[in-house]
Amino acid sequence: MSSARPIATTRSTAGMPTGRLAVWWVIASEIVIFGGILASYIMHRLAHDAFAAQAAHTNTWIGAFNTFVLLTSSLFAVLGHKAAEEGNGPKAARMLYLTSLGGLIFIVVKSFEWTSEIRHGFTITSSTFWSFYYTAAGLHALHVIAGVVIMLIVARTAKRNLELHRVELIGIYWHFVDIVWIFLFPLLYIAK
Amino acid sequence: MATQHAHHPTPHDEDPAYESPHHHPNYVRIWGILLVLLVISVIGPMLGHPVVTLITAFGIAVVKAFLVVKNFMHINMAPRFVGLLMATCLLFMLLFFAAVAPDVMRLEGTGWEKPGWKAANAAFQAGAHGDAHH
Repeated sequence: MSSARPIATTRSTAGMPTGRLAVWWVIASEIVIFGGILASYIMHRLAHDAFAAQAAHTNTWIGAFNTFVLLTSSLFAVLGHKAAEEGNGPKAARMLYLTSLGGLIFIVVKSFEWTSEIRHGFTITSSTFWSFYYTAAGLHALHVIAGVVIMLIVARTAKRNLELHRVELIGIYWHFVDIVWIFLFPLLYIAK
Repeated sequence: MATQHAHHPTPHDEDPAYESPHHHPNYVRIWGILLVLLVISVIGPMLGHPVVTLITAFGIAVVKAFLVVKNFMHINMAPRFVGLLMATCLLFMLLFFAAVAPDVMRLEGTGWEKPGWKAANAAFQAGAHGDAHH
């Protein structure tokens, strides 16, 4: 046998592979981070009528389109996981590339949206609503970018039928990023 | 160099800690359900009724999240403590909300007030649609 694998990859603790356990821990910490932002947003939104006036300026259709993109990219991520479980690395890699494409489309749409909003005078210092808006959506966008970069790295090895378990791990992370957006969408774009 | 006809190793082959492939639901069907829910969550609030908005926007968001967690993340196949870990983090979020909201959601208290918010709310009530600055 050729290469020795890190003990963190091969050891199984707590009834599941260590890599998967680590991803769940990452998600647990992310819930607290995004949960804190969302809870703070909800408090302000419920308490202050003036918040609604600013929320009315966001574009529901752009938010809905990006939701569609992320839901579709999640489908590709889970199909990649399925292909990896079947030992079909090239197919898993193709699915991950399509997932990455979804992430890139999301970011491109977001950048056009933000450019338009900033041109209309809605910046991060315009008001409390816009502070929340750019902080929450910006932090989420950073997660999307990180996910795309990791996914491209995982796809590169998966294509050669190597380290296929990583396909599931990046998939779990990606689905969480999708879930965060599922809650950001109604909060920032629908509840006006 | 691996040949085209080489046996494709699965994660289970690479590492026995990984379970054998499990049953996969029809992911395309679940994706279709998620899209239908998305359409409802956009159309519902257009009716302008606060209760309908609450149910279609936020109720459906919870359903969508559940479908993703269960079918895409396969949390039901993970050990039980994973679900408990996630629930604990959500509980912390609720505790945070309960502890902070009484102050955040008020405009004034003993020895403090939020003049910016008061002015913004007054302007909003007057139809000026203002918002508070930090």
